Amino acid sequence: MIRDITIGQYYSVESPIHKMDPRFKLIASMLYLISLFLINQMVAYLVVISFIGIVVKVSKVPFQFIMKGLKPVFMLIIFAFLINVFLTRGTSDPLIDIGFITIYSEGVERAFFMAIRLVLLIVGTSLLTLTTSPIELTDGIEYLLNPFKRIGLPAHELAMMMTIALRFIPTLLEETDKIMKAQMARGADFESGNLMNRAKALIPLLVPLFISAFRRADELAMAMEARCYKGGEGRTRMKVLRYTSLDIIGSLVMIVYMAACIAL
Amino acid sequence: MIRTENLFFKYEDEKDPEKYAVKDINLHIADGEFVVIIGHNGSGKSTLSKLFNGIYHPTSGKIIIDGLDTSDDSLIWEIRKRAGMVFQNPDNQLVATIVEEDVAFGPENLGLSPEEIRTRVDEALESVKMTAFKRKPPHHLSGGQKQRVAIAGILAMRPKCIIFDEPTAMLDPSGRREVIHTIQHLNRSEKMTVVHITHFMDEAVHADRIIVMDKGAIVLEGTPKEVFSQVDVLKEIGLDVPQVTLLSYELIKSGVRVSPENLTVEELVESLCRLK
Repeated sequence: MIRDITIGQYYSVESPIHKMDPRFKLIASMLYLISLFLINQMVAYLVVISFIGIVVKVSKVPFQFIMKGLKPVFMLIIFAFLINVFLTRGTSDPLIDIGFITIYSEGVERAFFMAIRLVLLIVGTSLLTLTTSPIELTDGIEYLLNPFKRIGLPAHELAMMMTIALRFIPTLLEETDKIMKAQMARGADFESGNLMNRAKALIPLLVPLFISAFRRADELAMAMEARCYKGGEGRTRMKVLRYTSLDIIGSLVMIVYMAACIAL
Repeated sequence: MIRTENLFFKYEDEKDPEKYAVKDINLHIADGEFVVIIGHNGSGKSTLSKLFNGIYHPTSGKIIIDGLDTSDDSLIWEIRKRAGMVFQNPDNQLVATIVEEDVAFGPENLGLSPEEIRTRVDEALESVKMTAFKRKPPHHLSGGQKQRVAIAGILAMRPKCIIFDEPTAMLDPSGRREVIHTIQHLNRSEKMTVVHITHFMDEAVHADRIIVMDKGAIVLEGTPKEVFSQVDVLKEIGLDVPQVTLLSYELIKSGVRVSPENLTVEELVESLCRLK
């Protein structure tokens, strides 16, 4: 069960959105996030909702699949909604006024928009990871950060670290599973007791895990050097990122969309 | 391809001044040769392989790889390009999250053009028969498959020689067979020089030459038949002998006059049938 965890939940289908350049998708996602904070009108929200709706449709990712991603943050959205409902003070007469609870119409309105904004935010960003494989994402980030190399930002190293982290997550999870089972076979108990006891039970799990992770790192470094790895300098890539006509269409759509958001 | 002269090596943190991990090794491995280095844990065989790849530098003596001296730091990348190395743990040598990306890692480091990398990656995957898995993440593969991907990663750099540092030690029997077949295929069909370090005797049977190491020094050297017939010496340093050879040895001891150089069941049967 522990092996099922995937980071960034890539949903593999063939769609125009999947085929777009990761750099374009990263920038578009950023613009989309900005647009969410520009709008504050009902009409504008409708524009954003229909925009993201169309993008989801084009991406061929099932709607339920995206909704699954909302589950973990559902509580947060409810919480933000309630806070806004109860704590916003309006100028007009309160809608409800029972004892210490006073609810104003402004509060309801604000809470409603806040919740929609959060949902849109999560749908938009998860769409990025759903349609872009981790490796493309890392490549995209490396390319986008390249200009910042001049001010000392280690773009290549960051991307390499991300790649290695992604590569080793399943390996380390598998190992955790193995150590846990080995210790459970010898009577270790990870599930009962209070928080303190459970945290204590994790120590004998973490120590061997860390030791093995360090050994892996050591061996991996040696293997990388044996394969002539000497940093980003003079390194080429097998897959070169190229903008295609899809990205041009995408850019035009984004321009229209951003203009609409600003205008409204 | 590989030549060593009076090679000595001592780990830097070793306190005993007399204790060398590798001592007085004089070797010559020819182009296209299949050499197996065999020995116990701590016999210095793994250290020797890391010396070949320039990961360690000799304390004294010399190693020449394809005419290049490993103690010259400016030649190190050229040496690693010509003598690739496959390590024991398949998990700890794969870098990328997708098989073909991992195979591309070496050539990418060499700064080749994208088209050239693409051809090399496809070729390398084809020669270890992993083309069908090129878009798979490594953690969905078996140990033997991962190790073949690691071999492809080295092949894509087009080395003249590959050093295998116990590539089968962590694999199950079927994975071991896959990897051994791949290594033999590389040596026979692609004329690759192979240095295979192992502690499994049966993997040594098909080598051109076997080198037995103990306590950092070479104890025995010769063709498989020559080496395995020295059952006494091998037993003394605690190494196993292939079962058939052991049986021949015991038969000779009990007075049955078979040849001491049998390596396979067929050879022993032949030898027994010739008895009068």
